[in-house]
Amino acid sequence: MSATRALHLAAEIGGGPPGFDAAPYVELARLAERGALDFVTLRDSFGRPGPDALAVLARVAPATERVGLVPVVTTTHTEPFHVSSAVATLDWVSRGRAGWWVEVSATAAEARLFGRRPAAPAGELWREAGEVAEVAARLWDSWEDGAEIRDVSTGRFIDRDKLHYVDFEGTDFSVRGPAIVPRPPQGHPVTLVDIGADGDGPRARTAARHADAVLIRARRPEEAAAVAARLRAHAAAHGRAAGTPLVLAAFTIDLGDGEHPLEHGLVGAPHTTTGAGGPHYRGGPVDLAELIAGWHTAGAVDGFHLTPAEPRRDLERLVNGTVALLQHRSLFRTFHPGGTLREHLGLARPANQYASAGGTS
Amino acid sequence: MHLAAHFPGVNSTTVWTDPRSRSQIDFASFEALARTAERGRFDFFFLAEGLRLREQKGLIHDLDVVGRPESLTLLNALAAVTDRLGLAATVNTTFNEPYELARRLATLDHLSGGRAGWNVVTSSDAFTGENFRRGGYLDRADRYTRAAEFVATARELWDSWTPPEPGRPDAPYGSPRPFAHSGPQFRIEGEFTVARPPQGHPVVIQAGDSDEGREFAAAAADVIFTRHGTLEAGRAFYADTKRRLATYGRKPADLKIMPGVTVVIGDTDSEAQERAAEIRGQQVSGQTALLAAEQIWGRDLSSYDPDGPLPAFDPDPDVRLAQGRVRHADPLAEAARWRALSEAKGLSLRGTVIETTTRQSFVGSPETVAEAFDTFVRTDAADGFILVPHLTPGGLDDVVDRVVPLLQERGVFRTEYAGTTLRSHLGLPHPVPKG
Repeated sequence: MSATRALHLAAEIGGGPPGFDAAPYVELARLAERGALDFVTLRDSFGRPGPDALAVLARVAPATERVGLVPVVTTTHTEPFHVSSAVATLDWVSRGRAGWWVEVSATAAEARLFGRRPAAPAGELWREAGEVAEVAARLWDSWEDGAEIRDVSTGRFIDRDKLHYVDFEGTDFSVRGPAIVPRPPQGHPVTLVDIGADGDGPRARTAARHADAVLIRARRPEEAAAVAARLRAHAAAHGRAAGTPLVLAAFTIDLGDGEHPLEHGLVGAPHTTTGAGGPHYRGGPVDLAELIAGWHTAGAVDGFHLTPAEPRRDLERLVNGTVALLQHRSLFRTFHPGGTLREHLGLARPANQYASAGGTS
Repeated sequence: MHLAAHFPGVNSTTVWTDPRSRSQIDFASFEALARTAERGRFDFFFLAEGLRLREQKGLIHDLDVVGRPESLTLLNALAAVTDRLGLAATVNTTFNEPYELARRLATLDHLSGGRAGWNVVTSSDAFTGENFRRGGYLDRADRYTRAAEFVATARELWDSWTPPEPGRPDAPYGSPRPFAHSGPQFRIEGEFTVARPPQGHPVVIQAGDSDEGREFAAAAADVIFTRHGTLEAGRAFYADTKRRLATYGRKPADLKIMPGVTVVIGDTDSEAQERAAEIRGQQVSGQTALLAAEQIWGRDLSSYDPDGPLPAFDPDPDVRLAQGRVRHADPLAEAARWRALSEAKGLSLRGTVIETTTRQSFVGSPETVAEAFDTFVRTDAADGFILVPHLTPGGLDDVVDRVVPLLQERGVFRTEYAGTTLRSHLGLPHPVPKG
């Protein structure tokens, strides 16, 4: 009955018409936090109306206490140094609750907004996204923990031996380092990649190496398990530990119609179809709890990322219905036992790749 | 009178050795200083920028504060814990692109309800460029060309949404119209993703005293951040800058002149003078003094005694030991000035550095400082001040608790915010979209 691994739940808080006031985002994030969800996400792109997602979640940070905050930040038209600084700062202002949903900008329309480079194929963009993720991780490590010493006796504010040049040479960019922002509270904010339905594609290859958690699209637990297995085989080839990255099944959820009898689509779920945005669940909160419990108990995934079709209505029904039921059945926690997003997800704080062995603490 | 608070960051003004000094990184420090500034009814809170850690002799500078959060992200978080305070970030035009930065600034303006400010700075520095895709650097002349076109392009983007129409509840923010910008620096087109900001355009601040900088400010800025801390220098700068506005069809009130200043307060003027001397001693250690001298002399002076005399030889004007700092324009002249000062006052090397680099702008009792502030503004030396405290985050407590009430009694500073936006605090017009 109880799953072998902790169940993780996350929700998207964008999704409605673009809103530029902070209040609705704050309200939805607080609602997710009340449901003890691991994190909320906010999608973004340079090509569709909406505010900068990382900025919105920075605005949300002081208005929440525990929930993780994971904005989409794209890598194609940005400066990797700025991306690294902004994500690290989100971690500082949220006291260790930041994540980064890595995305690319694939369209010619987005390229014309910058006028610096033409649109490129997915393989190239995701290879570059991997380079940006790598340089970000190096920059986050470029300050060792405890680099700030404030040693009045020697007059030194920092121990410069604990700061490191990253000297990254990518295909299209290079970064000297070190970071301007000291190492963030989580060491590395949590990195998330949406690999879709393909465990072998360009997204999956980048995710296998760099992601802490991935979103996958599947209609059945067996499909999900197969995608996860392919992904983890690639991850293992990069020397990553068994069980990494975490795998979350992503659905859109439409809880507006109440409970329905099982019909077709996602196994164990009524009214599930696969549209352009991936699997879509339509039905009631109770059946959704059944679906989540069934998939998770089968060991197909580590958790779920749910995008409400109607943000406020469906997030409320998710938290007050589905999540409450899962909590009642002891399948999901009722509070956040830790303070950081890594703690929610059961992920260790990464060792610093530059820290000298046997160095002082 | 307008007042702003600078978060004491990476500079030699900051005294981190004081036991009252707290973290320069933790959000709690920023929140505390911003709340103090808002309690004092300040116009805005101001953050500088760092894009590469400073170096000297090829080593990362380790003697004063190093490292800081990224400004726009931090200011969005501060928007959650303040209501009226303007929130201004320094952001470089050399290592950013207009579409992305205009989007981030417009987002801050929305999320803060119209409180965003942008301090436009440029860089010509290949040293900084090593952290960026752009790499390289721009010629000194090109960086202002790029900055001017950058600001103009950002404004085109901010103006590209139609205003909301009363009969269209489905489009509460208006709708995007296609934009196309084609200039020497940028050729971009498409639709901007963020609705027109509440202020129309976030407030544009310009820092820098060069002739190009003044001209750029006269043409395009709402606020100019200067370093003219004395009455005469301030009046000359004020007259020169305000005179330039007419060329661009602007009125004197359209550009606010705000020098960055430090304040030391005591119960009496003499107590304040004592505290000021103490702070100057804390700001310049022996090592700090040697590094400051190396920046001018261009040679390793680590074997020198900071409490001894200045180097007897002249600087080599072609050698550059320090990276990531504003460079002395004329090292030979600067060395001559130091030498004259040292001889006239009988100062050691360290004493000379203290005398030349860290003099506080306003020192005295609360009454003395309030009177001095008022004199500056009444006699056209400034429209207000950007206060640079030496302590984090409590460095403005004295000013807010003891000087602001005196300014309010004089009727020269607000007792309550009249409006909700930074433009309204500064008395700046709301920009009308072109076309």
